[in-house]
Amino acid sequence: MADAMMTADAGERAGALSRLFQGGEASTTAGPLTLSEMPVPGQINLRGNPSDAAFAEAVAKVLGCRLPVAANTVEKGGDFSLLWLGPDEWLVLTAPGAEAELSAGLVEALAGQHFAITDVTGNRALFRLSGTPAREVLAKGCSLDLHPSRFATGQCAQTLLARSGIILSQVDDAPSYDILPRRSFAEYTWRWLEDAMAEYR
Amino acid sequence: MLLIECPWCGPRDEIEFAYGGEAHIARPADPSKLSDAEWAEFLFFRSNPKGAHRERWVHAAGCRRWFNVERDTVSYRISRVYTGACEPVGEGQ
Ligand SMILES: [Zn+2]
Repeated sequence: MADAMMTADAGERAGALSRLFQGGEASTTAGPLTLSEMPVPGQINLRGNPSDAAFAEAVAKVLGCRLPVAANTVEKGGDFSLLWLGPDEWLVLTAPGAEAELSAGLVEALAGQHFAITDVTGNRALFRLSGTPAREVLAKGCSLDLHPSRFATGQCAQTLLARSGIILSQVDDAPSYDILPRRSFAEYTWRWLEDAMAEYR
Repeated sequence: MLLIECPWCGPRDEIEFAYGGEAHIARPADPSKLSDAEWAEFLFFRSNPKGAHRERWVHAAGCRRWFNVERDTVSYRISRVYTGACEPVGEGQ
């Protein structure tokens, strides 16, 4: 999905940090750490009953990946990531601008079933924090147990970072983490992360 | 600080949750038939036990779902976590 997001230009939304980085790329480093704002992904909230085979099959067909039913896990399709948010709730991340077509595709495939699809693309920004000490940086403001034996690549969680709600997902073993704060909390979360990273400079 | 086991997300820190008071308070079937005293009893009076207490919690910063916890009000030890789909069992019901 990341590659598709980097190359997509149509329908791209302004980043959430345009006040801090006017016209420039929102990115900062501190020693081995890199923090960047990623292009705002399309975001679709999906609800339905995963034990209903018709629902699970229709979703899998459209997205090209299995519905993650294990708590706190992520499944990846071609251009999509599917994050578990609850026993009947998921977040679909798409390439920027692809959300409208995908929503329409899901609505069509699920016609007649019990489901809910909401385009929530304006809801969250997307940051990526990468580098060996990334786990320690997050641990300064997140009570989640981020030890690799409890939270590894392919896992996600709705939790708090510095008392503000985020969705956190580990994307590789660098480790790299995707952090999705509410858009109106993006500046706050960014500044908090910059401060937490400063000691590794 | 409590470590609370969300039935769906797993163990999380207490700051991710909000408290919802005593569990299994049944709303009267026909409130208009109650006296003011009976209505007040339903609205305001709780058992406030010393010991095992069954209470409502919501995973506010996580999956945002409600569930029940049995917690000792003296030691704060959580003995059981169960969802609304489960029958209330134990003392007092
Ligand atoms: Zn939860």
